Amino acid sequence: MADDYTLADLCIVACAEAWRDDGDILASGMGLVPRLAAGLARLTFSPGLLMNDGECRLAAEPIPVGPRAPGYEPQIEGWLPFRRVFELLWSGRRHAMTIPTQIDRFGNINISFIGDADKPKVQLLGVRGIPGNTINHPCSYFVPNHGPRSFVHEVDMVSGCGYDPGRWAPSVRRDFHELRLLVTNLAVLDFQGPDHQIRVRSLHPGVALDQVREQTSFPLASVDDLGETPTPTAEQLRIIREVLDPKNLRASVFKS
Amino acid sequence: MTTNDVVGELRDGMTIGIGGWGARRKPMALVRALARSSLKDLTIVSYGGPDVGMLCAAGKVHKLIFGFVSLDLIPLDPHFRAVRQAGAIKIMELDEGMLQWGLKAAMIRLPFLPTRAGLATDVQQLNPEIKTIRSPYGSESLLAMPALELDAALVHVDHADERGNGQILGDDPFFDDLYCGAAKRRYVSCERIVPTAELTTLGCIHTLALNRTLVDAVIEAPLGAHPTMCTPKYGIDLEHLKTYAGATGDGWAAYQQQFVDVDHAQYIEAIGGRAKIESIPPTVF
Repeated sequence: MADDYTLADLCIVACAEAWRDDGDILASGMGLVPRLAAGLARLTFSPGLLMNDGECRLAAEPIPVGPRAPGYEPQIEGWLPFRRVFELLWSGRRHAMTIPTQIDRFGNINISFIGDADKPKVQLLGVRGIPGNTINHPCSYFVPNHGPRSFVHEVDMVSGCGYDPGRWAPSVRRDFHELRLLVTNLAVLDFQGPDHQIRVRSLHPGVALDQVREQTSFPLASVDDLGETPTPTAEQLRIIREVLDPKNLRASVFKS
Repeated sequence: MTTNDVVGELRDGMTIGIGGWGARRKPMALVRALARSSLKDLTIVSYGGPDVGMLCAAGKVHKLIFGFVSLDLIPLDPHFRAVRQAGAIKIMELDEGMLQWGLKAAMIRLPFLPTRAGLATDVQQLNPEIKTIRSPYGSESLLAMPALELDAALVHVDHADERGNGQILGDDPFFDDLYCGAAKRRYVSCERIVPTAELTTLGCIHTLALNRTLVDAVIEAPLGAHPTMCTPKYGIDLEHLKTYAGATGDGWAAYQQQFVDVDHAQYIEAIGGRAKIESIPPTVF
């Protein structure tokens, strides 16, 4: 164990766990921390993972984030234009981690807009591929700002589906839908509470369960043997610092 | 044919699909021609980038059918956000895969294609015209993505011959063939019109993404994707995207005057010339 890690390092290590035992599937980490986490999983306990380069190439190794070093060319192992991404994700051979703007107790998430559908207060990206992702392959989430505005009673637009039984018609197949892991700046959570509601699995060092509950708009279950989120090992820190993020872009994640 | 000739063939109220993806290989010379025209009340179908934002800022959009609008290197497009937050346009918000399915259905003349994408989300709730269907081979319900039939498609490629064979040298063809396949009139701008015999000397056969059954007119518009990328020739012009994204509110009129209400040659001059654009390195994501 190393003691000079940052919160970003801790979250990267916690997020990487999402892809443990995933085998030869596409690991998509959207956003800096999920991307670094996918790379860490690939270089440690999940060597089978496939990764893309942000465009249509499969890279045989995680590409360091930030401007590429002079002369660096990633080793390419395959071609994955967007139309093949859709085929691949509809076939289930993918596990994506994204950053939702809002999440509710059942794991419904929103990345589209805040407010009213006809005249939103804040227009965000749009649903992107989240509806198709969430109903077809495992998904996990990273929330860097765990608070009542992100952990809400009801999301303003269900972009990605959760376990809310009221949202699923009986004749819709649910067996491809799986929400795996949820990492925030305060804790590691999953979707194995009562009726697949969000549950606390471990607390980051120095965080109390009450604090997590205060920052959440809905009641939170927790595991019986609630422990501390594992801190990064020296080897994990070396990989993050020297291989995946040598320019320390992750220093900006929690700056504000 | 010129970009203005294309606009002359379009009509108010048409449904127009725009190829490319985000800030990648968008037919921006054609989009600027639309933006400076007198056309109005358009329905735009797009994996949106500055094409969508520009047409929103110019007041051309009645309805947008989309999965996202992003400038890639700048996550959100302020012009799109402004009209949305003012409640000024109608939308049909779709999963990216649903949009592809809608174009594909239109291309192959089917009324719909089934998918699970969109079920159990508000994409279904907010688009009540999208129905579900029961599988005839079991009891599963699926979303029946309706065909997205286009009056016109606009795409930009690297090379084309006079007859309408189009070549895409970038590594991702996106869905340009589907946009063309889904449309009644298909307009392809290109970096350069070349003799047919040159096509296979300029790239392998896989780069011949559009055959001439999919194309009605070819428009030569060198650097016609700028400020989006057209790799391998040029990357995304982040500097210009910042200028574009900064031209909000009262600032739009000046942007439009300088960069939109001009012909293509004047536009390239206003940006700083051909060499400057061609020196923009390929974008790394």
